[in-house]
Parts: sequence; C-alpha cells; structure tokens
Amino acid sequence: MSAETWAIARFTVLMATLATLLVLPPAIAVGWVLARKAFPGKALFETLVSLPLVLPPVASGLLLLWLFGRRSPVGQALDAAGIEIIFTWKAVVIAMMVISFPLVARSVRAGIEQVDRRYEQIAATLGAGPFRILRTVTLPLAARGIAAGGVLGFSRALGEFGATIMIAGAIPGQTRTLAVGIYTLVEVGREDDAWVLLAISALLAFGAIYLSNRLLDRRGAL
Amino acid sequence: MNRCSHPATGPVTKTVQWLSLGITVFAAFVTPVAAQPPGLVVSVAASVSDALEEIAGLYRAATGVTVALNVGGSNTLARQINEGAKAGLFLSADDIQMNLVEKAGRIVPGTRTRLLTNELVVVAPVTASSFTLSQLMEGRVRRLAMGEPAAVPAGVYGRLWLEHERAWSRVESKVVPFPTVRAVLAAVEAGRVDAGIVYRTDALSARVRVIARVAAADHRYLDITYPVAVIRGPSEAEARRFLQFLQGPAARTVFETRGFGTLQ
Repeated sequence: MSAETWAIARFTVLMATLATLLVLPPAIAVGWVLARKAFPGKALFETLVSLPLVLPPVASGLLLLWLFGRRSPVGQALDAAGIEIIFTWKAVVIAMMVISFPLVARSVRAGIEQVDRRYEQIAATLGAGPFRILRTVTLPLAARGIAAGGVLGFSRALGEFGATIMIAGAIPGQTRTLAVGIYTLVEVGREDDAWVLLAISALLAFGAIYLSNRLLDRRGAL
Repeated sequence: MNRCSHPATGPVTKTVQWLSLGITVFAAFVTPVAAQPPGLVVSVAASVSDALEEIAGLYRAATGVTVALNVGGSNTLARQINEGAKAGLFLSADDIQMNLVEKAGRIVPGTRTRLLTNELVVVAPVTASSFTLSQLMEGRVRRLAMGEPAAVPAGVYGRLWLEHERAWSRVESKVVPFPTVRAVLAAVEAGRVDAGIVYRTDALSARVRVIARVAAADHRYLDITYPVAVIRGPSEAEARRFLQFLQGPAARTVFETRGFGTLQ
C-alpha cells in the first residue's frame, strides 16, 4: 500500500471518528426527545430529522455549500471571524455529521424506547431529578442502542461522498477521503489505486457493520 | 371471509401475477435498443459546450438532425468512450485524452482533426479584493481552483504553466481540484475560492475578473488545441456530416464570436 492510500485511509477514519463524536450528543438529545416526549408537531419534527437520510447527499451538500458560502449570513459571519469552512477538513466533518445524524438519532431513539419506563419512575420516586435519571438510568440502559447508533453513524460517515465533494472538494492531502478518492482516482485514470481504496473501504465497512450487528443482538457477546 | 380463498387474489393467481411482472421486467432489460432512432451523441469538453449547443441548434435548423451533447471533463469523456459509451464524435480539450481514445482503437482512422485553439487566464471573483500575478506565484492566495491537475485538460495546462514559471511547488497546496473547467469557473464566480485558472473563452462568458492572461504567443509549450475525431459505431456517417459542419463557416463564426481560435 502506497503512502498516499495509507494517508487517505487514516484521514478518513480520523474524520469519521471526529464526526461521530461530535454528532453523538445532539443525536442523543434528539433521540431522547423523540422517544420520551409528546408535543405538537412531533411528526413534522421527526420527518425533518430523518430528511438527510432520504435526501440525495449531494442535495444536502448544496444546502451546506449555500449555508457556509459567502452569500449566506452564516458564511459572512464566519468569514468576518476569519473561520474558513469550505474546502477544508472542517467541511469534511460537517458533511459526515449531517449525513450520519439521522441514523444515529434513530438508533438512539430505538435504544431509549426499549428502556422500561418503570425504572425511570422508580428513580423519580427516590428523588432523582430528570437530568440525573437520564444520566444514571436511561442512558446506561440504552447504551447498546447508542453504541450501535455510533457505529452505524461512523460507517455512514466513512462512505460519505455526495455532500463531501460539494463542500469539501477532493484536495489531495487536505480533504480527500476514501469515497472521494475512489472517484477522483478513476477520473484521473488511476484505477489500480482506486481498487486499493475500495479494498480498504470494504474492510472498514465490514468491521463497522459486524460490530453494530453484534451490539444490537442482545444475546450475542462481542 | 378467508381472503386467501378469494378467487381473484388466491395464492396461485398472485404467484402468476408476480411471475408475469418479473418476466416483463426481464424482457425489457434484454430487449435490444435497436428500436430507438440512432441520433447523434457528441462527447464535448466542458469549455466548448456553449458553442456546441449553439452550433447544434444551427445544425438542427439546417438538417433536422438533433445532436445530443454529452458534456464533461475530457478525461471523463475519454474514459466513457473507452468503456463503450455511445458517442459519434469526440471533441477533446487536449491531445492527451484524444490519444487515449485513439490508442484504444475507438477512433475512425483519418478523422482526427485539430479544430480550435484557446488560451489560459487567471480569474478572481469580482467581489474579492484584488491580487497580482506575482502574489499568486508566491503562493499568497488561499484557494486556487483548477481542473484536476492530473487529468482535466485545463488543470494539466495550468500545472504545465505554473511548473514552467517555477511556481508549482509553492502553489500546489493551495489548489482545489475540480472535475471540469466550468466547475472551476462556477467556484470563482460564486466566490468560493480566491482565484481560478480557466480558458479565455470561459472568462468571456462569466462575471469574473481577469487577473492575468497566459498569452499563447509567449507560451508556445502550452499549445492549447482541441482535437476532434469520429468514434467507431453505428452513427459514424452522421458524425462525419456533423464534423464537416463544425469545420464550416457557420460554426466557425460561432467559435470565433465566443473567443476560440479556429484552425484550417
């Protein structure tokens, strides 16, 4: 394996790890709200949360490109603060986060829904506040669902292409991930190297899916 | 009532329905597409797409034949053709990609012709603060958009130029590669990058500021010419006729109005 393909693989895993860590807190919050709270417009909220799952990633990428571009208020504010997003590694992480968010939130929600509410009620009768219940009862009992969500989100982030190519581009050594690398290497006629990246992607994907399946199978041991 | 025993939706009827659906879909997949009208597909480098669009309109008015354009980076188009894509004519932005197609035996011998010439320019967004060419050469821009320097002709030419100016090593890390020169142009126009290397003809059609012109007369080694050739296949005859039209006076006027140099 050449230094270049190795660097691409390492960079992609690093970015996907970062994206997963950053996406977990908001995804847990949203998953908990969806599992435990009833409020007007919940169906609408639920649909919005899942939107990046069905929207073509490249369309999400276009929205992000506009959002962080120099024509939107957000982009202008970032520009004024000297923060560069588009065509940097930060854009890679953001694209991965947006695309994997629904997967993680849905998995967390399923995990929390499986937690028997009586444990939470008992904790409440013992005087625990809502945040303490969440922290000491609900989340530990939903740990498998959350971990599975994390692994799923991580594997989705590894394969992210559409949104990434829109806002991060394919800059060698700066924003080129496995998925984007496969595409650009074929485009420039280096198909042999693309096959190496494909093999790495397949290995990583296999490991991630295997792990998430083991996590979801409650009887199975790791 | 037991639904399964209902005569119209009984298990056997259902199986037959699914089976016939499956057979229909399978038949649709294996039916040869000979029933379609042949038509002419022209694979055309992104930088010439607007001109070809206009010429295809003229050609249709003159002959009634519709020409469909497959627009992309020349490297993408060459790969498509070598993998068997349907194309009657290939108009490439450089010889490297045309050579790949010729080496693969996809060109009708004797039809390869040099059609157009062009020049490189460095462009910047109209809104951004200005910079000079020497600042660019010193690597003092944050983001320079180029066609992918390893394959997309505009990027390959741009890299050649920067290497010749001994600036490539300083500029390389600033490069944002794009799949076509038009994507470069769009990125510059939208202010997503600080500068871009495109063709003179692209800059004419967009709201961008030209920072520098890489005049062909001073940079003979670049030799930016567009070769065109007829691709082997069922629409060879039609492609030959369109190639003749491309070399005729009407097409020449369109090319020259849009800033291309014409050969022959």
